[in-house]
Amino acid sequence: MRTSRALPGEARAAFLFLAPGLSIIGLFFLLPIGASLLLSFADFDIYALADPTNVRLSGLANYGALVRDPLFWIALRNTCYFVFAGGPLTLGVALGAALLLHSRRARAKGLFRTIFFAPYVTTLVGVAVVFRYLYHPRFGLIARGLHALGIAPIDWLGDPHWAMAGIILLSIWKNFGYAMILFIAGLSNIPETLYEAARLDGASSWQIFRRITVPLLAPTFLFLGVITAIGYFQFFAEPYVMTSGGPLNATLSMGLLMYKQGFRWWNMGYAAAISFVLFLIILAVSLVQFGFAGRKDA
Amino acid sequence: MGREGEVARQLVDEFDRANPDLHLAVQQIPWTSAHEKLLTAFVGKSTPDLGQLGNTWIPEFAAIGALEKLDARVAGSRALAAADFFAGIWKGSLYDGAVYGIPWYVDTRVLFYRPDLLARAGFSEPPRSWPDWLEAMHRIQALQGSSGHPILLPTNEWEQVTILGLQQRSGLLSSDGTRGAFGQPSFTAAAAFYVGLFRAGLAPLVSYTQIGNAYQEFARGTIAMWITGPWNLGEFRRRLPPDQQNLWATAPLPAPQASEWPGTSFAGGSSLAVFRASPRAGEAWRVIEFLSQPAVQVRFYALSGDLPARTASWDDSALAADPKARAFRTQLEHVAPMPRVAEWEQIAQKIPEDLEPAIRGREDVGAALAALDRDVDGVLEKRRWML
Repeated sequence: MRTSRALPGEARAAFLFLAPGLSIIGLFFLLPIGASLLLSFADFDIYALADPTNVRLSGLANYGALVRDPLFWIALRNTCYFVFAGGPLTLGVALGAALLLHSRRARAKGLFRTIFFAPYVTTLVGVAVVFRYLYHPRFGLIARGLHALGIAPIDWLGDPHWAMAGIILLSIWKNFGYAMILFIAGLSNIPETLYEAARLDGASSWQIFRRITVPLLAPTFLFLGVITAIGYFQFFAEPYVMTSGGPLNATLSMGLLMYKQGFRWWNMGYAAAISFVLFLIILAVSLVQFGFAGRKDA
Repeated sequence: MGREGEVARQLVDEFDRANPDLHLAVQQIPWTSAHEKLLTAFVGKSTPDLGQLGNTWIPEFAAIGALEKLDARVAGSRALAAADFFAGIWKGSLYDGAVYGIPWYVDTRVLFYRPDLLARAGFSEPPRSWPDWLEAMHRIQALQGSSGHPILLPTNEWEQVTILGLQQRSGLLSSDGTRGAFGQPSFTAAAAFYVGLFRAGLAPLVSYTQIGNAYQEFARGTIAMWITGPWNLGEFRRRLPPDQQNLWATAPLPAPQASEWPGTSFAGGSSLAVFRASPRAGEAWRVIEFLSQPAVQVRFYALSGDLPARTASWDDSALAADPKARAFRTQLEHVAPMPRVAEWEQIAQKIPEDLEPAIRGREDVGAALAALDRDVDGVLEKRRWML
């Protein structure tokens, strides 16, 4: 009896404590989302800047135009390429680095952890400048390395076939440090006793990795998979500073297309429609990942 | 913006010294983000007093009411008049018949060519008509064999084919600027000529980023002609060694018929505009008058390499004595601005996109232009509703 009467008071107090956070989320998160959803059903464009009465509600016209816009499909394809090639590669590199650093035989762990994590906290604009030098087809370090191996230089950022690969390489290098730290945390949570038992039973290292490490890292995998997919679907800054979407739209991402439509041409309604399509895609991919993880748990 | 921004600083110091009552703050922004930055500034009510605007942006910024009309100030000015500027360039800073900018420097396209290759092909001077031009290209192709192409027309650029359209007197858009007019016979003739150059192997199927070093290719003779702009006067001088400087020359563009020579080119460049929100429009105008003085424009040319918009500035010895700049002087008397609609930049991007299937032989010219008109009509839908 006493607890049930006390609850409303507690709940009220809890809401009071949450109020600042909730109002900030409402004001800066939910309100803009609602506004941009509304925007995606209107033809808000450059003329609306001159006079707000120039805005018309256009229903699904923006979405219809989107489906007919070849650039949208190019951007969608590029974004999927980036997510489904870059995402797993980033996690793979991160897991490899984490296993190396977690190994008992590794030396100077702190130093390497810092070195591997440093790119993640480096400003992308600075990174982009350095990578432009590295990628230079004649004078870049990478071209010289390939030359020493007898491989013809690759014009990483100028060739439509290679530009996305160049951007993916940069993103892996820049982002794997974060996933690596989380993998290390996940690895150190696995009880040592399990490994000891497995070794006593004569399991090979591959069996130990496959049957103990990977299953027990599943929650980390799920978290990183979702976070990486969300982050990579929105990739924007890399092509913006490195290639501005070129060559021949080979690195045009959904985020960049949205930016160009919204801020270069001021087609805000159209840009809002792009952002909602992107939102739905991210939502669907995240749900699929959660569903996949849930089935494995059951 | 860009290089002009760096150079403007030095000119502005001069203005500050001459006008102790005023102090100018110059903000440099890169070209690649200038357009969105200025639009955002307008929305955020933080536009500068005075700014540089690409001429094709003027209709857009004038349409949204960001710019101050300058007609009264031009009429009352003793320092400058409309007649002081190249006529085609001046038209480029008008919108709905009113003046919204004062041309600062000009941009247009001329023919850069290899005089020695042209001479070996039997042309002692650059071609003046399309048939002669075509003949020259075929002969150069025979000289080059399979090692090169007579002319470079980057497939991602809209300027070249648009200029050919202007030469055929295409208005590009319908007279009220609400629909595309690319399917009209005038533009079709230009597009057919342009596409034909690719189909005949006279122009390589490459976009600008795929070329690598166009200057090297020019020096090697794997490219013999290039329709490009004034910044390449400086680039050719810088990138080719002194003993190769005789391997390039410039000429005004050929015209469809020799009697019409020189053929029209496009009127580009930048203007100086006063923003309407500025409380210091009078002072901003004084800066424009200062920057428009022929002597200051000549200094600006020396610092930046940008060609002055005021005809009197061209009488200066440095410009007058430069034989390679002379083609621009002649060409600038024959330029026309792009359609004065706010959507022009978006339309321009569609031109190479929609023509690409045609130059690659996957579609005929008529179908490509029909697709272009459809796309352009889509871009202009709002404008039709507004009018």
